[in-house]
Amino acid sequence: MANGKPVERPLSPHLSIYRPQLTSITSILTRITGNALIVSALLVVWWLLAAATGPGYYDIANGVLTSWFGDLVMSLSVLGIWYHYLAGLRHLYFDAGHGLDIGTAEKLGWGCLIGSLVLTVITLIIV
Amino acid sequence: MAEFRLPVNSRITTGKTWPKPAGATNLRQFDIYRWNPDGGKNPCVDTYFVDMDNCGPMILDALIKIKNEIDPTLTFRRSCREGICGSCAMNIDGINTLACIYGMDEVKDGTVVKVYPLPHMPVVKDLIPDLTHFYAQHASIMPWLETKTNRPQKEWKQSIGDRKKLDGLYECVMCACCSTSCPSYWWNSDKYLGPAALLHAYRWIIDSRDEATGERLDELEDPFKLYRCHTIMNCTKTCPKGLNPAKAIAEIKRMQVNRVV
Repeated sequence: MANGKPVERPLSPHLSIYRPQLTSITSILTRITGNALIVSALLVVWWLLAAATGPGYYDIANGVLTSWFGDLVMSLSVLGIWYHYLAGLRHLYFDAGHGLDIGTAEKLGWGCLIGSLVLTVITLIIV
Repeated sequence: MAEFRLPVNSRITTGKTWPKPAGATNLRQFDIYRWNPDGGKNPCVDTYFVDMDNCGPMILDALIKIKNEIDPTLTFRRSCREGICGSCAMNIDGINTLACIYGMDEVKDGTVVKVYPLPHMPVVKDLIPDLTHFYAQHASIMPWLETKTNRPQKEWKQSIGDRKKLDGLYECVMCACCSTSCPSYWWNSDKYLGPAALLHAYRWIIDSRDEATGERLDELEDPFKLYRCHTIMNCTKTCPKGLNPAKAIAEIKRMQVNRVV
């Protein structure tokens, strides 16, 4: 301080010390699923393009997407779609000024998490 | 753009473990963030042991005891010790709160009490963050009654119903717990006003006596100032006064929509 040079202040820690909250996790999951679904959508487009290109190319794309790994990615995508859909509804409800007390917001958060799992299982059973 | 890693000069190093008080049987461990502006070293976390049989019930009691009996260089702000001044806001056990009204028993039994300054702020020393920018943001929302009509002879009157609208807003003590709990504020505090300033903005927007509602809404109609709120709700969850900044922000957003449709 005494030498007249400005002090270079450190930045206090943030992500590494803040306890994850249900509402913050459901919020970031909405963003993560949203971005991941772009990749899933591209895979589906690739599959359609392959179908339009010809039987040989379609066999390759179809082979990848129906392999165990393709099944896993597509099943997770279904989970992502359901979660993103429910979280989107929750966000609309928030934007209308409702459900913004912590009790309701956390119940809705659990609703999105559990609801998306249940809906995914139902979807996988039906399909 | 969000910078998730701490800058090089801010990364935490291992600190000193202070000796346990002699003869004490009921000890509790405190890990406390330290940074000294003199010395040019990185911040560190020091470990202290406090005799729980001989200490007040609040986290602030333990901090004062450490300062009095173990390490007089430990630096923190405190004043009223009853949650009305907002000075002792800090991050305790992973959430932002006031040390004076946060009980030792609210931290899980048998675990270490971790104490850090309010997150993502420049540190003045130890647990003291620099709140200059935070206060400037508060000042920017014009936290006063703006009127255009002539001054009444006695006072600006308000119905009981209109006065009730300010409940849950006027109680804010500007401790900065909410704003510094908000990830959106962490990444964009240069442009996003944050929950505390926006709660105050709403407090004046819905004040029936205020005559600058339109100007106030115009000022906030900005992709960053208001709309960086993504309803993460860390603010409401952490507010030591039990207020709801997330709701206040949602109401401002609704007013912005309602006045154009």
